[in-house]
Amino acid sequence: MNEQPKQFKWVGTRTIRPDGVDKVTGRAMYGADLTLPGMLEGKVVRSPHAHAKIISIDTSKAAAMDGVKAVVTAADMPLADPTPVASGEAMINLRDLSDNVIAREKVLYEGQTVAAVAATSADIAERAAALIEVEYEVLPHVIDVLEAMKDDAPVLHDYMFTGGIKPKPEKASNVANRVEFSLGDIEAGFAAADVVIEKNFTTEPVHQGYIEPHAVVADMGPDGKVDVFCSSQGHFMVRAFVAGLLKIDMSKIKVTAAEIGGGFGGKTTVYLEPLAVMLSRKAGRPVRMVMSRDEVFRASGPTSGAALTIKMGATKDGRITAGDATLYFQAGAWPGSPVGPAAMTAFAPYDLENVKVVGFDVVSNRQKVVAYRAPGAPISEYGVESIMDELASELGIDPLEFRAMNGAKEGTQAAYGVKFGTIGMQETIAAAQATEHYKIPLGPNQGRGVATGFWFNIGGESCAGIRINEDGSVSLTEGSPDIGGSRASMAIMAAETLGIDVNKVKPSVVDTDATGYAFVTGGSRVTFATGMAVVDASKAAIDEMRARAAMIWDVDVDGVVWEDGHAKPASTNVGDFEPMSLAELAKVANKTGGPISGHADINAKGAGPGFGTHICDVEVDPDTGFVTVLRYTAIQDVGRAIHPSYVEGQLQGGAAQGIGWALNEEYIYDADGKLENPGFLDYRVPVASDLPMIDAILVEVPNPTHPFGVRGVGEVPIIPPLAAVNNAVAAATGVRFNALPLSPPAILAGLADKE
Amino acid sequence: MAKHHVTTTINGEEAEYLCEPQETLLDVLRDEVGLTGTKEGCSSGDCGACSVMLDGRLVCSCLVLGVEAQGKTVETIEGMADGEELHPLQQKFLEEAALQCGFCTPGVLIAAKALLDTNNNPTETEVRYWLAGNLCRCTGYDKIVRAVMDTAADMRGA
Ligand code: FES
Ligand code: FES
Repeated sequence: MNEQPKQFKWVGTRTIRPDGVDKVTGRAMYGADLTLPGMLEGKVVRSPHAHAKIISIDTSKAAAMDGVKAVVTAADMPLADPTPVASGEAMINLRDLSDNVIAREKVLYEGQTVAAVAATSADIAERAAALIEVEYEVLPHVIDVLEAMKDDAPVLHDYMFTGGIKPKPEKASNVANRVEFSLGDIEAGFAAADVVIEKNFTTEPVHQGYIEPHAVVADMGPDGKVDVFCSSQGHFMVRAFVAGLLKIDMSKIKVTAAEIGGGFGGKTTVYLEPLAVMLSRKAGRPVRMVMSRDEVFRASGPTSGAALTIKMGATKDGRITAGDATLYFQAGAWPGSPVGPAAMTAFAPYDLENVKVVGFDVVSNRQKVVAYRAPGAPISEYGVESIMDELASELGIDPLEFRAMNGAKEGTQAAYGVKFGTIGMQETIAAAQATEHYKIPLGPNQGRGVATGFWFNIGGESCAGIRINEDGSVSLTEGSPDIGGSRASMAIMAAETLGIDVNKVKPSVVDTDATGYAFVTGGSRVTFATGMAVVDASKAAIDEMRARAAMIWDVDVDGVVWEDGHAKPASTNVGDFEPMSLAELAKVANKTGGPISGHADINAKGAGPGFGTHICDVEVDPDTGFVTVLRYTAIQDVGRAIHPSYVEGQLQGGAAQGIGWALNEEYIYDADGKLENPGFLDYRVPVASDLPMIDAILVEVPNPTHPFGVRGVGEVPIIPPLAAVNNAVAAATGVRFNALPLSPPAILAGLADKE
Repeated sequence: MAKHHVTTTINGEEAEYLCEPQETLLDVLRDEVGLTGTKEGCSSGDCGACSVMLDGRLVCSCLVLGVEAQGKTVETIEGMADGEELHPLQQKFLEEAALQCGFCTPGVLIAAKALLDTNNNPTETEVRYWLAGNLCRCTGYDKIVRAVMDTAADMRGA
């Protein structure tokens, strides 16, 4: 564990999180925990077909039922403009979003919403929903990404022509888009190689698996004002989407962020919120909607499954000469898979001269994908890191050494465009080589795998306000829903900047009326960008307090400095004044100009790229094919850990999700395109007994653009596990697998082929 | 449908509620009694977010009917602290950052307390298997398991 650098009092310490007591006592209010007087319960009618035309919807029986107060269909939703708007880390078309919220002409996947009901109880709403009669004309469907690309595949959207290729195709297709990133000359690169390896890989769609289902309470008054309380990764995102879809002015919509029970990218869009507002408008009463777990799996977005072809070449002395990747990503029913970031990140951990990545965004009759932690990167880097392992063993070079030899450094030109500044890729590899873990001897049927991972991290819009209260305590407001302890970091950064006790700062994530716009909690941006806003707001408050002290002392403001929570004369030349503490200045604020505050509304730039290296030991049972993870170490350059425990938690949680992706998790469809495993029993996320302790090692290469050196940390940790597990299984069994998940039947089949 | 009148003890206090025959104890606690600390993650017994103690036994309240609590005692997360005094597990979870989003936390705490009440010296494996019914998607379980073991060690020392 890193000692916290001496120059900081709070940064790097493990304070108790400000929202902690509420969360261990059951007081914290999550999305489904709010009850309003007169509140109705809403339920949704969902498509039983993977692909069908809606012929008619008859709601009359449901509407006539006792206790039913409102029924809505797409007819109650204005036709949205097909303009792309920012959604989390991707762009989304409002027309598509509208269709995903409630289907208009066709249903494109099993589970898509076709109608919704609000009634005086959940039970009545459910029974009413069952009375809604929908007539469908069932159409042929397609699930698999490669199938969907075939010429004779059922076409989901007759208006969709593949973008990114010239000339524009004449025939509509399921391929929404083609992207390409390249650098140098791969032909020449492969010609210079002594060893070339090319392989195909596949991964299945996996769900974010947040334990809290989507939930919302909406209340629309007769004056058209709307209150929304919901669990999301961005209440400003919810406001924008509700406003955009229902054509209501943003100023009329107030969204309050409930405590959020996990998101991992999956709560960067809306599903229930517009429906609840529509139902509330019709019923004139507040409406609560909560998804069941079945609905979460069936109707909220997993991330893409994919098919990949990866080819890499290297010289005998271990220099990689070229990398070539082709990526086919399932987008779900509408365009927007994370194939772009997958293509950009694929080879980014390495300093390569010749790179080409081509990606295809492909629609099929599945749930629309939505962001999942480092969207796309785990998939493409899984293929690349698996080949890296095979190359290293072909060349007889230690796999960490091989990565160090080719790893990105300051000044490396990445194929996706940027030249890296200060980064910690090499430092994470060196730290991995230095671990005890890497030296522990392995037994029979055991194997060790390593892998690295890269993610951009983002900045973006954030606002913060600091109010110095009359008693010297500090109220801190901001607008980034706190998904994993960010309020603790905000309080630390404010206390450090202001020079006061961290317990004097109370951070709050306030509603959309009470603070300026914040982009979603995503892209590993909150501690970086919102943190920057908090520091700027604190500095603005400090400047105001220096001015107040200058006024009291009757000196120029430049003669006053802020040190250790006090205004002090800058030098003896200024005069001999007793330093004034923040609390003393607060007490006399009414005599020096009124309340003291500081605000910052920023668009943060300069997020530091993140790199991680993971080591995984497994044991494979040759009789059952079951893979046990014996040891796991996650190492990452975190820039600077503001609250080390929550940073470690990100590494551990991300690793666990990646392990689940590698070993157990997948969406399984039947021949009719219906999801067969929409529950935690059959979609098995890792449980406590599946995992060992996960050692988290924090490497700190400070990000020069952040006042404390913060880099985003949340996403990188889910990237390396897929290949680290795959490489460990290869080492344990002598078989190289190229399809996830590595479930027992898949392992047994691989072992049988070997014999 | 006629509602049933149920008399029970919740967190040490006598409680009465009316409930539909098909309503689960989880729904009753959350919607009729107003104790929303107990969470719903699946309503099929697979996630443990709804864990409560029923007559001293750890149960998923989504798998128990509200009417079944008649004459029994129910303990929920709201009753775990003694006034302002947190239970040692609650305190340790805060100190060791054993929660991120906190949604699984009430269920995990109830389950962990049930373990420590019967075994004050569990091995890591025992803790992991005991908590295998409580899904946490955020933490990777590392800090949860450590917090439970460290609490046990403190309680033995005290
Ligand atoms: S809600 Fe009861 S086990 Fe998940
Ligand atoms: S802390 Fe989020 S599910 Fe456990």
